[in-house]
Amino acid sequence: MSISIRDLPLEEYVLLGNAACPGCPASIGLRMLGKALEGKFILVVPACCTSIIQGPYPKSAIKVPVLNIAFAASAATASGIRAGFEALGKKDVQVVVWAGDGGTADIGIQALSGAAERNENIIYICYDNEAYMNTGIQRSSATPYGAWTTTTWRGKTEFKKNVPLIMAAHRVPYVATASIAYPLDFIAKVRKAAKINGFKYIHLHAPCPTGWRFPSDKTIEVGRLAVLTGMWVLYEIENGVFRLTGVSKSLLDKSKRKPIEDYLKLQGRFSKISDEQIDLLKRHVDELWMEYKHLMESG
Amino acid sequence: MVKLIIPVSKPEEGAAGLTGIWRSFKPIIDQEKCKHCLMCWLYCPEGAIERIGEDKLTVKINYDYCKGCGICADICPFKAITMVREE
Repeated sequence: MSISIRDLPLEEYVLLGNAACPGCPASIGLRMLGKALEGKFILVVPACCTSIIQGPYPKSAIKVPVLNIAFAASAATASGIRAGFEALGKKDVQVVVWAGDGGTADIGIQALSGAAERNENIIYICYDNEAYMNTGIQRSSATPYGAWTTTTWRGKTEFKKNVPLIMAAHRVPYVATASIAYPLDFIAKVRKAAKINGFKYIHLHAPCPTGWRFPSDKTIEVGRLAVLTGMWVLYEIENGVFRLTGVSKSLLDKSKRKPIEDYLKLQGRFSKISDEQIDLLKRHVDELWMEYKHLMESG
Repeated sequence: MVKLIIPVSKPEEGAAGLTGIWRSFKPIIDQEKCKHCLMCWLYCPEGAIERIGEDKLTVKINYDYCKGCGICADICPFKAITMVREE
């Protein structure tokens, strides 16, 4: 099922004049989420950039109901809302958690894991800008190896936590990765998730100009390069069956991937990375692809 | 007299004001070069690109709210959008 740009709804669910930085990837993601579900959803937002994007009281820049909740509680709260909807007999409204990587990979993971284990009927979307951006670019467990942040000023020494595979290990019905640079792929995945009963997890890669230190007009370019270099992989795991999607389908062969340096050199956060670190990062990416290849073959 | 304050925000345009004043570069669309692919509309983080006309295929920028990030100019496959420094 392919979606074309012209078929997307004209209605906007992120209103003009919001407080997002220029070139914000979270805004693009939120806009696409609104268009994918055509406004029939309620958002649960823990502390993250989106709680800033909404704007200050008494105005809200998001046209659907939003519940702002404590950092660690988003998936548990969404479970409660879903239970409430079930009691009221409301079936056509999706409960969507929209959390950052900090609220997912670090602080929110216990509630997330709990909700996944209970197979709650919610969609959990993590928009991953790879650090705590709105508090001033502190490293998170989703920050990649070698990246500068204000708390890893000589480059992060650990590798990125692979949250989608952690979620897949919970054996939930649907796990997917997406990128804001490929919005139609993201919309298709959200729409597919909305049709599935049970816990759905989507990990959305979101290059942040402010925190990754690149010009605000390069958001999409950096996002595309992340996928084309193999640093970020688009796939979905439906009922345990692993499948590469979109451009990632053709990148299983290493020679088809662009050199990782193309992706790194656009970003200021990698400006001090050494050649040894790049080699280590390359080896890590190759290992990840081997893992995905194995998952694909074992079906 | 006790005034009840309900801490609920209501959706409204301009929650952070007229964000067009943040802009230092302004995107200008060359309508002759535009092939109506709608890529700029799709990727604009703000939704500040409006689709007008009968078939909703002509694009127009809302300068009251455009933050001037430049994604539209960078993404345009036909180079129909240029960024011009604000006076």
